[in-house]
Amino acid sequence: MLQEYLPLLIIFLIALLVGIIAMLLGYLFGPKRPTRRKSAPYESGMVPYGPGRRRMSVRFYLIAVLFILFDIEVIFVISWATVVRQVGVPGLIAMAIFLGLLEVAHLYAWKKGALEWE
Amino acid sequence: MPLSYYLILSAIMFLIGILGVLLRRNPLIMFMSLELMFNAANLAFVAFAAYHQALSGQLFVFFVMTVAAAEVAVGLALMVAIFRTRHTIDVDELSMLQG
Amino acid sequence: MSINDFLAILPVLVVLVTGVLVMVADVFLPEGRKGIAALLSGLGLAAGLGAALAAVPSTGTAFAGMVVADGFSLFLDALFAAVGLVGIGLAYDYFKRMRLQRGEYYTLLLFSIGGMMLMGHANDLVMFFLALELLSIPLYILSGFFRARLASQEAALKYFLLGAFSSGFVLYGIAMVFGGTASINLEGIVAAVRDGSANLTFLLVGAALLVVGFAFKVSAVPFHAWTPDVYEGAPSPLTGFMSSATKAAGFAALIRLLLVVFPALGENLAPVVSGLAALTMIAGNLIALVQTNIKRLLAYSSIAHAGYLLIGLVAVNSSAAGDAVAAMLFYLVGYAIANLGAWSVVVAAEQAEGRGLELEDYSGLGRKYPWLGVAMLVFMLSFIGVPLTLGFWGKLYLFRVALESGLFGLAVIGIAASLVSAYYYLRVVVYMFFRDGEGVARRDVWLNLIAIGSAAAVVLMALVPGDLLQVAAQAVLRVP
Repeated sequence: MLQEYLPLLIIFLIALLVGIIAMLLGYLFGPKRPTRRKSAPYESGMVPYGPGRRRMSVRFYLIAVLFILFDIEVIFVISWATVVRQVGVPGLIAMAIFLGLLEVAHLYAWKKGALEWE
Repeated sequence: MPLSYYLILSAIMFLIGILGVLLRRNPLIMFMSLELMFNAANLAFVAFAAYHQALSGQLFVFFVMTVAAAEVAVGLALMVAIFRTRHTIDVDELSMLQG
Repeated sequence: MSINDFLAILPVLVVLVTGVLVMVADVFLPEGRKGIAALLSGLGLAAGLGAALAAVPSTGTAFAGMVVADGFSLFLDALFAAVGLVGIGLAYDYFKRMRLQRGEYYTLLLFSIGGMMLMGHANDLVMFFLALELLSIPLYILSGFFRARLASQEAALKYFLLGAFSSGFVLYGIAMVFGGTASINLEGIVAAVRDGSANLTFLLVGAALLVVGFAFKVSAVPFHAWTPDVYEGAPSPLTGFMSSATKAAGFAALIRLLLVVFPALGENLAPVVSGLAALTMIAGNLIALVQTNIKRLLAYSSIAHAGYLLIGLVAVNSSAAGDAVAAMLFYLVGYAIANLGAWSVVVAAEQAEGRGLELEDYSGLGRKYPWLGVAMLVFMLSFIGVPLTLGFWGKLYLFRVALESGLFGLAVIGIAASLVSAYYYLRVVVYMFFRDGEGVARRDVWLNLIAIGSAAAVVLMALVPGDLLQVAAQAVLRVP
């Protein structure tokens, strides 16, 4: 059974090899003229300021929390979508109730100002 | 692979989770340990579901994942509230939990 | 999915839908009119109570075997709705006084009550888990409802961490039960055990983990460490509600699991539960002796009462199973009434910034407010188990069941522990009547009503204990 995966493994190996060869060639034959600015960390072309490991504002937590909550519910929608024809109308009603409740939660978060940045 | 491999791994994860909650004092690390406990149970569910050819085990994992997300949301919100009261967002200073 | 499915869990649905309605309504309620949320919630709970009382116990299942609506679950529905109503009465004036009247309190309270009700209805381990989380997660938030008070927030975080910890045990236990029986439906599990296809090792490990997880919830020693801290830090009306209702929900789950799912493991689990019962009675009562804060005292008292209830749980797998369940339900009701009454006195005596909670602060309160003092006396006597109170009959029935099923040791420990408990319960009354102090209490119509109503119920219901036990005895569980 494992033999079926052999072609996949070969593709992975070839891809890995090609990548290594390309980088190796550049490393061996490319010109190297390092300056201070070039060896500094790349931060979208800006001059870097401050250390990389800064603490985030607590405001990000609220957004992250809301994201987790609404994001994870997709689990149920996807598993419903794969069997939507088999479960038929009762499934549709159940999903409508579920999404309706989610929308109530969304409206609540919205009206309470959880989505405002300030 | 035999079922026992998965169960041993899941038991190890569960134990690491328990020890993490009991021994660490940083709430964030304790959260992670709790997640580890939940996911140890998930692994056991999936392994048993494959072994028994019963889908209900996989179904359970979906519910665990969503509930765990809700719990994490509440936990993080509680921590944010504490940081606001103490006027600090330094997690490392939050060491007043005694047991 | 038919209309009958929804009718089977109508009380739960009424409460949960009210919760959502209150949540939406709260957004549109102006500041200062948040009391309307309390009113709406009260109406919803009253409707849920009515639905539970009017419902006819069924012997079938609903939602493809996920839930049942047997006498046991309907009895608990009514209990939770009633406790919730009193919980709202405790909270309304308190939060107005503390300038923290917010609709979210009532929304979350309703969600939690819905979860407790669902716990009684669960017929599938998925439902047990979901109900457990639905009842717990709102309580984590409510414990930290005093957002400006560090003690409240610490209580919330501690409750959250230990609550999620116990959920982890429950979850792993469910995984093991599934592994042993290839089913998460109670019917399937029972069938697998009956036809011998179950792996009893996995099943036993799973059952043990489930017992440990729920032992956290009912705060049995040695899994009680969170109780005093959380009860002290959480807002007093919530603690009153929580100590009455959460305990009942935890025992509801334990009763159904031990009676219906794991009767085959009775011999293996009985020593564990007996040990828990003995430890909880002894430790809970002994530590309560040295408490000086009324909230911590009542917290240890609630631990001690969990110990008495655990005796009934040991007897659940004996020949006296029916009597044991009836005695436990009777005890839960009696404890809930006296406990809510006692907490109404605590809420009335609490001052701003969490002052007025030490026993010293109760000096002279009984002479200044005779009704409150007498009510507290009645509750304390009921906690001890003095004759002519509901608590006496509760303990009598429990210990009788213990003797019927041969648990002499536990019955003796229970009686001895009750005698010890008289010291710290009566100390509260002594402070209230025989010490001089400046204590003041809030005179609120709802609090007075709860205190006096509960005291009257404790005394009057003790006149007809046999009939009440009969009602509890009819609350039978569906056995597949």
